[in-house]
Amino acid sequence: MSSGEQHPAVRVTDLTVAYGDKTVLWDIDLEIPGGSMVAVVGPNGAGKTTLIKSIQGLVPRIAGVVSIHGEPYEKQRKEVSYVPQRGSVDWDFPTSVVDTVKMGSYGDLGWIRRPGRKEHEKALGALEKVDMAEFAHRQISQLSGGQQQRVFLARALVQSASVYLLDEPFQGVDATTEKAIVRILKELVAGGKTVLAVHHDLNTVSEYYERIAILNVGLVASGRVDEVFNSENLMKAYGGKTSFFPERKSARRAV
Amino acid sequence: MSPHQFDIQLVAIIVAASCAIPGAFLVLRRMSMMTDAISHSILLGIILAFFLVGDLSSPILIIGAAASGVLAVSLIEAVNRARLVKKDASIGIVFPFLFSVAVILLSRYARNVHIDTHSVLLGEIAFAPFDRLILSGMDLGPKSAYVMGSILLLNLLFISFFYKELKVSTFDENFASSIGFRPRLIHYLLMAVVSLTCVGAFDAVGSILVIALIVIPPCCAYLLTDSLFRMILLSVVFGISAAVSGFWVANWLDVNIAGSMAFVCGMLFLVVFLLAPQRGLFGIMREKRKQRIDFAEASLLVSLYNQEIGESVKNHPDSRGMFRSADFASKVVEFLKQKGEIAVAGGGLFLTEKGRERARITVEGR
Repeated sequence: MSSGEQHPAVRVTDLTVAYGDKTVLWDIDLEIPGGSMVAVVGPNGAGKTTLIKSIQGLVPRIAGVVSIHGEPYEKQRKEVSYVPQRGSVDWDFPTSVVDTVKMGSYGDLGWIRRPGRKEHEKALGALEKVDMAEFAHRQISQLSGGQQQRVFLARALVQSASVYLLDEPFQGVDATTEKAIVRILKELVAGGKTVLAVHHDLNTVSEYYERIAILNVGLVASGRVDEVFNSENLMKAYGGKTSFFPERKSARRAV
Repeated sequence: MSPHQFDIQLVAIIVAASCAIPGAFLVLRRMSMMTDAISHSILLGIILAFFLVGDLSSPILIIGAAASGVLAVSLIEAVNRARLVKKDASIGIVFPFLFSVAVILLSRYARNVHIDTHSVLLGEIAFAPFDRLILSGMDLGPKSAYVMGSILLLNLLFISFFYKELKVSTFDENFASSIGFRPRLIHYLLMAVVSLTCVGAFDAVGSILVIALIVIPPCCAYLLTDSLFRMILLSVVFGISAAVSGFWVANWLDVNIAGSMAFVCGMLFLVVFLLAPQRGLFGIMREKRKQRIDFAEASLLVSLYNQEIGESVKNHPDSRGMFRSADFASKVVEFLKQKGEIAVAGGGLFLTEKGRERARITVEGR
C-alpha cells in the first residue's frame, strides 16, 4: 500500500442490491477507516447480511462500487477474510476441526495445490488462538454453537487478510466464547486490521466497538459510536421496535 | 467362473466404482435426485447425436449425452431461480420433459435402430461381454470395460485434482467464492462428470438403476465415517461389493443382473441404517436407553445422598415419581447394586462409598 492510509480500508459507493423486485440495500455510501472495529446494526431485514455479502460480490450488485484500500475488491480479494453465519453450513459434513480451519489457507494455495505441513501448522496455531487446540481432531458435528463459531474465526485467522467481515459472530454463543471472540477481534484491530461485524445486541455496542453503521435498507448513520449511536438514529432505523436508548444507559453508568 | 462371468463382473466393478466417486459429493450437496434428472435426460443427447452422426458406436454420442445432462441441470436451476416453483418441482418438470422428447423422437424416427426403451430403463450388462474390442485381430476384452474404464480414470483425475475445491465449495459455498474459487464452475464440472458417468453406466445398468449405484453406497459410507476421504473410499468399496454380490445373486436366482445389483445396494443400506455404530437406528436407541438409565441411577443416588446429609427431601423430585414404572425402578436398583454403588439392608437402600462419591460429583459437578 504505497498510498499509505489515505484510502479507507473499505469504501462502498452507491451500493444498491435487490432480490427480485424487493430492494434490500439502497444507495449505500460507507467508508471504514483502517484499524477500526465497526458494528453493523439494524432491524431484521435491514440488509446487514446482504451488505457483508455484496461487499464481496457474493450477491449481485445492481449498482455500486466497493474498494478495499483504494483498489477494487476483485483485485483485493486476499485482503478480505469472511466469517459467514454459523448456521449457513451443514455441520454434519464429514470433516474434522483442523481440516475445516485449514480451508482458510485454500485461497493462498490457489487451484489444485494441496495443503501441506505448513498449512497444518498454521491451522493448529489459529486453533490455539481461539482456545480450541484440544478439539483439533474432533468431528465438527460434535461441537457446540460457541465452538463452531471459534472454528469459523480460526479459519478466518488463517487467511492473512487485513479486513475481517463477520456475519453475526455472537449469534447463539456462550458468554465465554463471546468474550474470547471480542478479545481476539480487539487484538486484530490493535494490530492495524479492520473489523466489520453484523451485530445484534445493542447493549454491548459501546463496549465492543468504536464505530458503527446503522442500517435500514438505506444507511441511517455511520461514524464514531459516541457520535452517532443515539436514540434519534436508532428510532430512524428501528422505528418503535426498540426500547434501547443509549443516552439513558450512559447516564445510568455515569451515576 | 467362466470368462463370460468374469467379463460381466469386471464391467460391473468399474461401473460401480465410477458411480460412487461423484456420488459422494452429490449426496453431501443434497443433490441426489439430480442423478435421476441427469440419467434420464442423457437419452435425448444420445438420440440427437445419433441423428447427427448416424452411428450408434460413435464417441460423439457420449459427448451429446453428457451435454444434455448438463443442459438438464442448467434448465432445472433456471426454472428454480425464477422462484416460481420449488426446487424439487423444477426437477420434476424438466427431466420428464427432456426424457419424453427423447422417447417421442425414438419411436417416431428411430424405430428400426437398436435403442429399445426397455434396455434404456434397465440396461443389459449381460450383453457386455459380446461387444469386444478387437485390435488387429487381437481380442482385448469387452469394449464397455474400456469405455467405462476411461470414465473411471477421468473421475479419479477429477477428484484428485479438485479435491480441495470440491470439499470447500460443498461445505461452504459462500466462503469458497469469497476466497476466489468459483463454486458455480465446480458445480457444473461435477455435473458434467456425473453426466458422463451416467452415460457409461447407462449401457450396463440403465437409467433408473444407475441412481442406486450413485446414491446408495455414499449414503451407507456417510453413516459410517467422519472423514470425507474415507467416505469416498468406503463408497467405492460398498459399490463394488454390491455389484459383485448382486451379480451372484442374479446368477443364483436367474434374474436381471442390474436389478439384483440395485437390490443388494438397498439391502446394504438397510443393514447400515440399522447397525451403524453411532448413527444407526439401533445405536441411537441404545444411546437413548443408556442416557435414561444413567439419569435414573444418578437421580436415585442423589436423593439418597440428600437424605444422608440431612437436606430436606421436599426440595427434590420424589424418587418414586422419577421412574416410569416399578419394573424400571427395580431394574435401576439392580444395576446400581451390581456396580456396588448401593447396598440393601433391612429393606432400605444405602449408599456405598463408591455411590456416595458418584452422587457428590453429580451434585457438586466435580
